[in-house]
Amino acid sequence: MSSAPEPLHRALGLTDSELDEIRSVLRRDPNPLELALYGVMWSEHCSYKSSRIHLKRLPTEAPHVLVGPGENAGVIDAGDGIAVAIRIESHNHPSAIEPYQGAATGVGGILRDVFTMGARPLALMDPLFFGELTDARQRWLVEGVVSGISGYGNSVGVPTIGGELTFDECYSSNPLVNVLCAGALPTDRLVLGIASGVGNLAVLLGSSTGRDGIGGVSVLASAGFSGEDGAESLDDAKRPSVQVGDPYEEKRLIEACLELLDRGLVVGIQDLGGAGLVCATSETAARGGVGMDVDITAVPLREEGMQPFEIMTSESQERMLAIITPEHWPTVAQLCAKWEVRASVVGHVVEPSVDAEGEPFGMLRIRRGFDGEILAEVPASSLADEAPLYDRPRRRPESLDAVHADDPTNDEPEGSPNEDLLDLLIDPAWVYRQYDSQLFLNTVVGPGRDAALLRLAGPGLPISERGIALSTDSNPRWCALDPRVGTALTVAESVANLACVGATAKAVVNCLNFGNPEHPEVMWQLSESIDGMTEACNGLGLPVIGGNVSLYNESGGNDIDPTPVVGLLGVVDSLIAPPPGWAWNEGDSLVLVGTRTAAGEVPFPLGGSRWATRRGRRGGNVPPFDATTLVPTIAFVTKEIAAICAGSRSDVTAVHDVGAGGLATALAEMAASTGIGVEVAQLTGHGELFAEFPGRFAMATSNVDAFIARAVVAGVPVVALGTVGGSSLKIGTAIDLKVGDIENRRRHALEDALTSTD
Amino acid sequence: MTRIGVVVFPGSNCEYDALAAVTALGAQADFIWHSETSITDFDGVILPGGFAHGDYLRPGALARFSPVMEAVANFAKEGGPVLGICNGFQVLTEAGLLPGALQKNRGLTFICEPTTLIVESTRSVLTRGATKGQELVIPINHFSGAYTCDDETLRSLEENDQIALRYRENPNGSVGDIAGVSNVAGNVVGLMPHPERAMSTLLGSADGRVLLDGFVFAPALAR
Repeated sequence: MSSAPEPLHRALGLTDSELDEIRSVLRRDPNPLELALYGVMWSEHCSYKSSRIHLKRLPTEAPHVLVGPGENAGVIDAGDGIAVAIRIESHNHPSAIEPYQGAATGVGGILRDVFTMGARPLALMDPLFFGELTDARQRWLVEGVVSGISGYGNSVGVPTIGGELTFDECYSSNPLVNVLCAGALPTDRLVLGIASGVGNLAVLLGSSTGRDGIGGVSVLASAGFSGEDGAESLDDAKRPSVQVGDPYEEKRLIEACLELLDRGLVVGIQDLGGAGLVCATSETAARGGVGMDVDITAVPLREEGMQPFEIMTSESQERMLAIITPEHWPTVAQLCAKWEVRASVVGHVVEPSVDAEGEPFGMLRIRRGFDGEILAEVPASSLADEAPLYDRPRRRPESLDAVHADDPTNDEPEGSPNEDLLDLLIDPAWVYRQYDSQLFLNTVVGPGRDAALLRLAGPGLPISERGIALSTDSNPRWCALDPRVGTALTVAESVANLACVGATAKAVVNCLNFGNPEHPEVMWQLSESIDGMTEACNGLGLPVIGGNVSLYNESGGNDIDPTPVVGLLGVVDSLIAPPPGWAWNEGDSLVLVGTRTAAGEVPFPLGGSRWATRRGRRGGNVPPFDATTLVPTIAFVTKEIAAICAGSRSDVTAVHDVGAGGLATALAEMAASTGIGVEVAQLTGHGELFAEFPGRFAMATSNVDAFIARAVVAGVPVVALGTVGGSSLKIGTAIDLKVGDIENRRRHALEDALTSTD
Repeated sequence: MTRIGVVVFPGSNCEYDALAAVTALGAQADFIWHSETSITDFDGVILPGGFAHGDYLRPGALARFSPVMEAVANFAKEGGPVLGICNGFQVLTEAGLLPGALQKNRGLTFICEPTTLIVESTRSVLTRGATKGQELVIPINHFSGAYTCDDETLRSLEENDQIALRYRENPNGSVGDIAGVSNVAGNVVGLMPHPERAMSTLLGSADGRVLLDGFVFAPALAR
């Protein structure tokens, strides 16, 4: 305990120079309520103050992009009069402290971002990162997070159609819980979070406001865990900053909001997430260039005695702010009553003020009664858009040269490749069978495959034969070695995953999970990663239409490995038959499509591979990103599979992206999914079995000559590897495993690890 | 044209799917809001899956008090076909329109996966179009799906041929592998699996068609 009291602005997470900045905006000293508003709005989580100057480099435009970054969700035109909205976010620190509620409210928050755009949420995905399951706390976290996603997502009525599961020591004190949501809307119903029309009303919909989640963005999301044992020691101190979710409230809120939008009763709508009411009112007013008066006494409260700063910054869940014209209020109130959704007029849109230079600007005024005392008065845009931007120092880690030199590529393999392969197999079914993955009758390819594939259909949408595909991808092992190239390869991996379901990639969203931005090495990683994503998106012709930056993922001074997560949305023009999947047939030929060796000088790099990491070998190099070979290969596979989706007969019977775990793992997974083995001639060694680099596809065909001829015409490298059949996976003299043993090991790996009593 | 009503409680979430399945079979379908007090001009009623009233207290425990449930009971008493799917099945047991109860799955986790069902009786409005012993691949999607009842009820279910469907491999600990039951008359039936999710090979199975087709056109058959 220090004896001198800490100045209020510092307790609220503001620096001394930020206080000076506020004074110059207001031309006076802020009062304590105003300071609290700036404290949450200028937090790292809300303002992106450390990352914004770098994010500007990402490409964001394409003809089909309807809404790019900066809104609640990105939106593309998917064709047939249907737009698709997509957003990804992190809920890392809340989940570290209270895994069930942390994950559940992460789901709730991302749904609101999507239906704010007028879209019905149709799909969720959850990339999850934990420490190794040999630690009991990790097992508790996994079970809590998965049941939180299951408990909230299933009840709220949005299917969870995929995700990722990564275990690595670097997440043991700071797990990552990212959540992606995609939704669809008739293109002409697109709405934005803008307040307009002086005299219009701001209506707060949904839950009453309590003391939960106060300071969530500034206390929890914008600082690291300082204790040596990470989240564990701070559980009790920070738990009150975690919000509590109610999926039933959210479900009624979704239905009420979509009906309000369907009936044209709102002019703008905005969710209440991080920083609660102050964020929603200041952002809508700033976007509309209008003023907003908020009556603090009109906000329905859960408990007595709440202070104005608590009401304005509470992160109570399941709330929305709708801007409506006054004549619609009776209809809005009646509609909300039907759905048992609370609706209260808490704000008035007012004329903009005029600054000293005669320029109009929107003023946010917090009042006690609409005609009552003014408790706070600040320019809305100064909260929403004018947080200070930092170009924090960046430094390439000194240790990186030694890490690169310690390359496992030429390690002499010890032990049996059979055991190495079995050790890499894990079926995430224990996780995804707890999620409703089928609601809305759209799921053609569900969780656990290369990418998820959905019919583009839903209540209120125009009829369409199209499909949308989604994938989330990350590779912290690559990114630790080289954040720039690692991120570029991650984007390539994601595009390759979409090709396996016949989808053409259309747009990227990203969730950039990094350590403490005050560490120059972390800022270097972030900047490099953004450059790598820019390079890959430019090379592959993809816009980035939204994202989230999660910093301060550290504990006890140790930062997580850089973990940029790529969420990719693609479209299949005609989806009337399912893509082939992994299930080959007896007698098929197995072919490898794409360059057999990696770009660059090392044909089969093992740096960053799962094979090497399992052996504790974390050094080495990643191969370069090479768009010139990737683009035609991915286009060829996409075309082959899209034709099958469109109903054409084909000799292609199976396809699988060669990803984590390398070629041997891909073949083992294909064999396990059918029970039928394959015999492959000798490969060049353990490097070819386990090396990881994107742009290779294991495919099965019933007419190998015709298939190879098509690939040759397309100018795509292709090689016949062997013949499907029998009950064993045989790769030269290296691998000889019964398919039943592969299937058994893969199926039980996760559950066995979770039920370990060590 | 056959017209089916799909009851919507706050918290229901499979209502659009039920509507789509019925429409795909060539019948008309419309929603019935839970505060309605009468059911007129409908040939059959479906209580869809979801979490009616948030499943607070326990699944179906609050929904049985929604005004529409009295109308559903009257409709059933007059012989009208009533189908409860998943949460709808839970509501029908809580309302006393079907025997037994649904408790938490044996493994205490939510399960969403395909199951193989065996048609046990073709007497119910749901299974009348199927054949006894027929195997159907239909997904389940529930946390509280373990059917339970006392021994006497189980005996009477068997004696009265009220067990419509059983699981080939029991996924959730249901007594007697029971997946679906009917009332004695056969016009009220509930099941935990989701036949509306098995309407198309594009989505993995079309085996739900034989069940819903039988249910949707049961009124016509009965006439």
